[in-house]
Amino acid sequence: MSAPSLVEQLKTGLDAPICLTWELTYACNLQCVHCLSSSGRRDPRELTTAEAKQVLDELRRLQVFYINIGGGEPMVRNDFFELVDYAVNPPNGGTGIGVKFSTNGTFIDASKARRLAAMDYLDIQISLDGADAITNDAVRGAGSYVAARRAMDHLAAAGFGPFKISVVVTRHNVDQLDALKALADSYGAQLRVTRLRPSGRGADSWHDLHPTNAQQRQIYQWLLAHGDNVLTGDSFFHLNALGEPLPGLNMCGAGRVVCLIDPIGDVYACPFVIHDQFRAGSVRDRGGFTSVWRDSELFRELRQPQSAGACAKCGSYDACQGGCMAAKFFTGLPLDGPDPECVGGVADDLLGAVPVALVPRPSLDHSRRTLSLSSR
Amino acid sequence: MSLLDTALELDPQVALRPEPFGALAYHYGTRRLVFMKHHDVVEVARHLAEHPSLSAALQACGIAESRWPSFAKAFDTLSRSEIVRERPVAG
Repeated sequence: MSAPSLVEQLKTGLDAPICLTWELTYACNLQCVHCLSSSGRRDPRELTTAEAKQVLDELRRLQVFYINIGGGEPMVRNDFFELVDYAVNPPNGGTGIGVKFSTNGTFIDASKARRLAAMDYLDIQISLDGADAITNDAVRGAGSYVAARRAMDHLAAAGFGPFKISVVVTRHNVDQLDALKALADSYGAQLRVTRLRPSGRGADSWHDLHPTNAQQRQIYQWLLAHGDNVLTGDSFFHLNALGEPLPGLNMCGAGRVVCLIDPIGDVYACPFVIHDQFRAGSVRDRGGFTSVWRDSELFRELRQPQSAGACAKCGSYDACQGGCMAAKFFTGLPLDGPDPECVGGVADDLLGAVPVALVPRPSLDHSRRTLSLSSR
Repeated sequence: MSLLDTALELDPQVALRPEPFGALAYHYGTRRLVFMKHHDVVEVARHLAEHPSLSAALQACGIAESRWPSFAKAFDTLSRSEIVRERPVAG
C-alpha cells in the first residue's frame, strides 16, 4: 500500500498554518470595488500594538515561517514599521518571521522605500489591476495606478530588489497579462496573478468583473505557458479540469494549511470568507491563536473528508476538487456543488436559479459610506 | 566525488518544522518552502552536520545500505533547492 499523497495528508491539517494572512487594519485610503474585506474605515476594536506583538510571539512559537500582511492598507497603521520589525527581528533574538505585505503603494515614498530596502526577510506586493490607468482605476479608484507606479519607482531606486506586482484577474485585464508581465520584468519584479473572488465588496462587483468562460481558458493557457515564472497563490486550481494541472497545490487550504487573522483578531478559515459561518474564534480567546487553529470546531470539521456532492459523478473532480469554497458560498451555491466558474459550465444554470435573497452577505462592512460608488 | 562521500549540512538559513508527513523546510534567504515527505530523510537531514559524509550520517541513522542510492537522490534534490549544502571541511 502506498503512502497517502501529500495533498491528502495536508487535507487533514497541520499543527500550524503554512500560509497565514493577517489583515492589520480595515482602514484604507482606497475603496476598490472588489475588496475582499470591504475595507475603508478603521475598526475601533482593532488589535493594539501590544496584542499584535503577542500574536507574533505565538506565531514564532508555532514556527510559522512567514506571514502575509494585508488590510485594508497596512501602512496606514502608525505601528506598521514597529510590527514588521518585531516580526523579522525579534528583540530577544531567535528566528524571525518573514513578512510579505500587500499594499496599494500610496505611502511608499523615497525615504520609506529606503527603510524597506534595508530590512531582511521582507517582501512587498504592490497591487495593480490593470496595465494602464484606465483599466486599473476603474477597479481601484482614480489615481491608484499612478500611486502604485510611483511606489514601484521608489522601490527600484532604493534597490529593494525583486518586489512583487499583484494582479487580480478580471474580465477587463485578461488581455493585459503579457503587458503586466512585461511591466514586472521591466522592474526586475515578479508578477503574481490571483483569482477574483465574490467576497467582501466583490460580492457586488463579481458578476460584472469575473472572467467569462472563454477567458478562463485563456487564463489557463497563459498560466501553462508562464506558470513557472509567475506566482498565483495556487488560486486557479479550479482550471485544472481543463487538462494538465497547473503548478502548485491543487486543493482548498482553508483551515487546513491557510487561515486569516482579521484586524480585530478574529480567525477565519481563509482570507476570502469573512463571514460568521467561517469564523473559528479569536486570538483574544483563552488559548489564543494556537487553540483556535488546533481545536476549533470549524477547523476540525474542514479537516474531515469533504463530500464531492453533486460533483462526485463528474470525471474532473479529482482535477479541480470542486473549486473554491468562498466562491461558492458568496454566490449562493452549495459548498458540495460546482464552483461558480466551473469550466465545464455546470454552475451556469445553478447561478441563475439562486434567489438573490438567499445569497449570503459578508458579515462585516467597513466601507466608507461617504464615498459614492455610483460615479462609476 | 559522489554525494554519499560528501560532508553536508542544513543550510544555516533553513528552518525545519516537524509535520505528520515529515517536515516543512523553509529557506529564509530564498523564501522557498520545501515539503520533506519522508520521516527518515528528515531525521538524516537533522544529523548531517555531525558526520563526515552523507553515507556516515545514513549509517548512524540506521538506514539500510540498499536504500542509500534513493537517499543520495533525495539529498541531491535538497541541495539543488539550497536546503542542504556542502560543508566546508576544516583543514
